[in-house]
Amino acid sequence: MEQKEAQTGVAVAIEGLTKDYDGVRAVDGLTLEIREAQIFGLLGPNGSGKTTTINCLTGLLKPTQGSVTVEGFDVQTQGREAREVMGVSPQETAVCGYLSGEENVRLFGELYSVPRGTLGTRVDYVLEKMGLTEEEGRRVSKYSGGMKRRVSIAMALVADPKVILLDEPTVGMDPQARRAVWDFVVELREKGKTIVLTTHYMEEAEELCDEVGIIDHGKLIALGSPSELKAQHGARDMEEVFIQLTGRRIREGA
Amino acid sequence: MNVRRALALAKKDWKRIFREPAFLFLIILFPVMLTVAFGVSFGAVGGGQPTSFAVGVVAQGGNSTSSTQFIQAMQATGALKVTPYTGNQSAQSALSQGQLQAVIILPSSFEEGVESFMAHPDTPSMWVNSTVSIYLDKGSPLTTQVIPAMVGEVLSKGVLGVGAATQALPFAVSAPSEVKVQGTTVFQSFAPGLFAFASIYMIMIVAQSYTTERESGLLGRLFVTPATSADIVMGSMVSYLVLGLFQGLLIFASVYALGYHPQTNVAGLLVGFVAITVFALCNIGFGLVTAALARSAGAATGLSFVFLMPQLFLGTFVGSALSSTASAAGKFLPAYYVTDALTSLWTRGASITSQTVLTDLAVVSASSLVILFVGIQVFKHSGGR
Repeated sequence: MEQKEAQTGVAVAIEGLTKDYDGVRAVDGLTLEIREAQIFGLLGPNGSGKTTTINCLTGLLKPTQGSVTVEGFDVQTQGREAREVMGVSPQETAVCGYLSGEENVRLFGELYSVPRGTLGTRVDYVLEKMGLTEEEGRRVSKYSGGMKRRVSIAMALVADPKVILLDEPTVGMDPQARRAVWDFVVELREKGKTIVLTTHYMEEAEELCDEVGIIDHGKLIALGSPSELKAQHGARDMEEVFIQLTGRRIREGA
Repeated sequence: MNVRRALALAKKDWKRIFREPAFLFLIILFPVMLTVAFGVSFGAVGGGQPTSFAVGVVAQGGNSTSSTQFIQAMQATGALKVTPYTGNQSAQSALSQGQLQAVIILPSSFEEGVESFMAHPDTPSMWVNSTVSIYLDKGSPLTTQVIPAMVGEVLSKGVLGVGAATQALPFAVSAPSEVKVQGTTVFQSFAPGLFAFASIYMIMIVAQSYTTERESGLLGRLFVTPATSADIVMGSMVSYLVLGLFQGLLIFASVYALGYHPQTNVAGLLVGFVAITVFALCNIGFGLVTAALARSAGAATGLSFVFLMPQLFLGTFVGSALSSTASAAGKFLPAYYVTDALTSLWTRGASITSQTVLTDLAVVSASSLVILFVGIQVFKHSGGR
């Protein structure tokens, strides 16, 4: 199957994406284009459809309607090709507790067929970037929550993917670790990588993202750069934009 | 399928088994402890009480009045199901495949011996003396004690018509030297079943492994890498097959140390290990079905007993104290055929080309492959993500 001709500069194209669960519409006709070498923030309250969107992007969930292409590969019909260009750090840390940090990252390097000659170098590089070099030999079950998340990110990055999906990447991290992750994400963008991240930290979105999409009840309700959105809503920061758009009511669900 | 990915995943599973105490216990320590416990507890003759024994009779002198009388007297005991054989070879073949618990050889001079005794019951010098030989099933230790005694009883009372079995007779009842009556224990009859017994717990391990990885999100994460379902399942199969073989070797070393010495050659040992390894596929299949049906690791543990218990009780004690109903039910379970194959090969000394062994291997292989295929399909359909 051939790669679709990607629109110039578009890394991820979501068109009319709809996902229903047992009669409940989690994502409702989402259409979005994410440009290459951009950090795109997908924001929304709990249960708004962020993770469902990410799961449809990775191919883990099959859309009820619509399509998703990553680097020109249709996620449903060219799943393997799409997965080869994507690195994913899911919302759950999803690491092997019985393996060391180094073994976890190496395993994912093997799964992504990183050439054996460079695998060791790549593993060392991403572990160092995540500040885990000293702890790389310890079993991950002994790590703190923040360290596990950093291992999870290192696993997503070991194959040097073109598109990186980070679902709430800095949850549970201390300020130093969070800053290290931010710095690395910016470095990756400068290397031409496309990063899609979800977050509940508005300062993270403001600091990192070139463009932000806010979704609620499965629909895209705002799209633009943090400065554009702040200007549009006369807000001082992204948190104010977010509250204005999604309200003050506490939501349930993940 | 990508071999590098499958091997990387197999290595991951292998590390898990050796690093997580619960898995290590179930796969390695538990079988060894079980073997030692059985060895210590059943290292002496005793145990189950079969209600009847199947025996074959070979009359080397052909059918005669006395041999017919002997067979009728044997049947009249109610404890023996007697089948006459025309040749020793066919009777031995049936014995080695577990169809008989004993073969009794009436010597060619049997008729003369009986007639000489009847003519001169009080003059032993006039008797034509000979030996009634008995070949016993070494996989059924009770026979080694019961059958020689019963044959003596039948000869004295049923054929020669004397009141006491202790009275001098023209026949010696002997078990041939290759039958090590003294060395046969209940443990030796249980030993082949221990291999299947230990392997069956792989159902629980596989189910727990997949469900915990699914709960933690790791399984879903594997599915968003370039690894395919085939890579993931193949990785598990490789690790658990190697594990099954390793477990088999460990149990073999344990039972050997406890006195169970297989009566076979290298080929027989190899075929036995092939059966053990193939049976691991069946348990992987049941594990996948369990993982697909269970929504949590706790539920997987409970549900795995649905597949585990019938095989444990009906498939691992073949020929050892099972009722006829249980034995019949066991024939629907792959474990039954593994145990039967190992018993035939290693305990009874059956040839690797004997019908029973070939049938057992065919059934184990076919059923294991079918169960594995079903497991993979069910898991892919509803349990993988």
